[in-house]
Amino acid sequence: MLSIEHYLFLSLALFIIGVVGVVTRRNVIVVLMSIELILNAVNINLVAFSRLYGDVAGQVFALFIIADAAAEAAVGLGIIIAFFRNRETVLADEMDLLKW
Amino acid sequence: MLDKVLFYFFAGTAVASGVLMVTRRNVVHSAIFLITALLATAGIFLQLRAEFLFIVQIILYVGGIMVLFVFVIMLVNLDVALQQIQFARQRWVGLFVALALAAQVSFMFWTSGKMPGQGLPVLTAAAATKLPPNSEAVARSLFESYLLPFEIASVLLLVAMIGAVVMAKKRA
Repeated sequence: MLSIEHYLFLSLALFIIGVVGVVTRRNVIVVLMSIELILNAVNINLVAFSRLYGDVAGQVFALFIIADAAAEAAVGLGIIIAFFRNRETVLADEMDLLKW
Repeated sequence: MLDKVLFYFFAGTAVASGVLMVTRRNVVHSAIFLITALLATAGIFLQLRAEFLFIVQIILYVGGIMVLFVFVIMLVNLDVALQQIQFARQRWVGLFVALALAAQVSFMFWTSGKMPGQGLPVLTAAAATKLPPNSEAVARSLFESYLLPFEIASVLLLVAMIGAVVMAKKRA
């Protein structure tokens, strides 16, 4: 029997993997991809609870999160391209213009 | 039984490709493993009887967002980046913080006595023909209860599109 905790643990695992990617990688593109993984983990939670309670609202919010992920990817990759044109790097710790 | 097999297959694929995505040096390999993770998540959605989200996940995430990522990976210079160290200097601190977070949440599950298999069952044994049509239910909810958030999301996408074009275009 599959219980809601199966999905919660899967979601937790994906979320933690995404957080590890965000905090340990230097390459900004991989950081963005890790954020996509985190958003996916949240979606699994929403859909599992939607199925548990027989309410379709969770799936609607998962759709909103997918739309947000698309917007975030477009803007983030635009920033990366603009930054790469100026500084010739995609490494997060070399983005230190604001560092004093 | 079949549900369980499908769940463990897709969950294992998702977690394994997630780990590989974070640990590979080559960014293109990371992107490929992210695609497998997203496809496995789509499988989880289908196993949860969310057919519409399953299709949206494949078309939008795998077909749209990941193509965008691969495009940008090709645009920025990979050969130089590959020579550099791929992991940040404070990675052990970050790893420790993330694992502490995982331990905390797992401990919360454990103390509440809600480990997998003990809690509320998600899937009742209803036949697939007994379920309401998923796309219709999603559309009804989206265009009746959540019409305003839907319109706000469309404005957000428009703003993001304009912002991406402005930032990525050449300086005049």
